[in-house]
Amino acid sequence: MPKHHIDPNKWIDSYSDYLFNYTITRVKDRDTAQDLVQDTFFAGLKSMKNFKGEASERTWLISILKRKIIDHYRKINSNKGKAEVRINYNSDSEDEGDWLEERVADPFDKTAEDNLENTELGLAIHKCIGELPKKQAQIFKMKTILGYETEAICNELNITASNLWVIIHRARTTVAACLEKNWF
Amino acid sequence: MMNKKNKIFISCDEANHKCDKSQYDEASFWDKFKLTLHLLYCHACRKYSKNNAKLTKIIEKSEVECLDIKDKQNMKDCFEKELKQHQN
Repeated sequence: MPKHHIDPNKWIDSYSDYLFNYTITRVKDRDTAQDLVQDTFFAGLKSMKNFKGEASERTWLISILKRKIIDHYRKINSNKGKAEVRINYNSDSEDEGDWLEERVADPFDKTAEDNLENTELGLAIHKCIGELPKKQAQIFKMKTILGYETEAICNELNITASNLWVIIHRARTTVAACLEKNWF
Repeated sequence: MMNKKNKIFISCDEANHKCDKSQYDEASFWDKFKLTLHLLYCHACRKYSKNNAKLTKIIEKSEVECLDIKDKQNMKDCFEKELKQHQN
């Protein structure tokens, strides 16, 4: 019997932020990232019958998302490629006019390692938030990640400020303990 | 008589609440003063404060992102439409 079950009704609530965070660190543009996540859910729906339950839903969706991201880069790269052919600056006939800087390796990116670590940390945070009850998770994300004002959240969700702070307190305690266990 | 607002010594619940508020820069000077005073003699709250500040720092450092609630709702609506078609 398969260990994991698939239930698309819960996908958006459970995984959209996790997938979005994964994507945004790789494509750097919110709209593109959002489109890719949406495409991933649609593709997941279409190939649901291929889900064997060997991996968790999240892992399975991430594997679809990875392919979507690669496809995205392939697409923009091929557009760039066409443009380069038209410019045709790299002819063999003369050394003069060669774009030398194009032939030099990229300077070593000092922040690459930091970024990688932060990406993983971001995913760990989302995993921990995923363990919170739905409402706690929503309020915690609005307040802490999206930076909404207390008043705005209270109006949006129709709760009192003291209610909000109780929820924030519980959420912070749980997330801190979860990160303590899984990250440090 | 001292009313609740002017009390200098606060309970642990109040201290934790002020600590939470200060993580979002919503604690007043007076809040912070009372919290600091409480932390001087309360070991448990000191520990909570430390962990709480650590969490804030980590989240800041990770530059973690999530979907805006409106975008998420849009995504959900689109997906549910697709899901319905799929199930028919």
